Amino acid sequence: MSGHAITGHADRVLRQVLQDVLGLSAERVAAFTSETGLFGDLPELDSMAVAGLLTEVEDRLGIVIDDDEVDGEMLETYGALLAFVQGKRG
Amino acid sequence: MIAAWPSPVGEEYALAFDKSRPHRVLVLPAWFDEASKLRHFTAEVMRRLNGAGIDSFLPDLPGCNESLAPLAEQTLDTWRAEAAEAAWYFSATHVLAIRAGAMLAPDALPGWRYAPVAATSQLRSLLRARVLAAREAGRDEDRDALLAEGRQHGLELAGYRLGAAMISDLAETDLASCTKQRDIAQGDIGGAGLWLRAEPDYDPKQADALAAIVAMELLA
Repeated sequence: MSGHAITGHADRVLRQVLQDVLGLSAERVAAFTSETGLFGDLPELDSMAVAGLLTEVEDRLGIVIDDDEVDGEMLETYGALLAFVQGKRG
Repeated sequence: MIAAWPSPVGEEYALAFDKSRPHRVLVLPAWFDEASKLRHFTAEVMRRLNGAGIDSFLPDLPGCNESLAPLAEQTLDTWRAEAAEAAWYFSATHVLAIRAGAMLAPDALPGWRYAPVAATSQLRSLLRARVLAAREAGRDEDRDALLAEGRQHGLELAGYRLGAAMISDLAETDLASCTKQRDIAQGDIGGAGLWLRAEPDYDPKQADALAAIVAMELLA
């Protein structure tokens, strides 16, 4: 599988998880760019919701995310979260 | 609609739509904070099944909801025994398990597992939430250390005091597949999973969709 195909898969899965977690429409999630703000812009998301999101990402992409790696920067924008997830997939 | 019944741990309550009809569905709730987030949804699915001519029963898990049993003394086995006894007591013909409720579904009953999740994944989310919340409060906690402590002495997760045996059970028990029960993914229902919301929410379309799947397969 080429790097591009893996990237596309992670991107699709991540958008789907965010759509599920944030309760956003498919159209709105499809319009996400790497600069789209995530958790800084959504203060109603508590630690339980963030934990649920990360567990879903782990289960759907088959990756493991250490709690030490979870920080505000990684969750700040869509691009930052996607880059993190792609790094995990090697 | 609230029925008291003699469970293995003493008298417990169940939400029941019982008109002695031929199709009788045991509904097994999601766990812990997900139970709160999905309670309205679950009850609305049962209301729709009732309208379609199907009985259903939602027992409290020991130590949860209205149950007076001490949660810290519960294990996966006491919860499974509760589910099995409820299936027998209410003469269930089918099971509808919600999220981690799938861990408790009696193998012998045909039915459905809605967005099933393994005990191991559920525990991982709870531990992570605690670590993240601690960090926001300026405390440093570590998932491995918490798990080790929990296996020894029990642990409070998302406001639920779980005993050492339950923590060990959750850490070690994956979700087995069950040939008699069909998994229903959130994608089959449409919309965002209500268990992932920060606050409890309800979506009538999702309740319509899940009840329709169950009713159509039962009454076909």
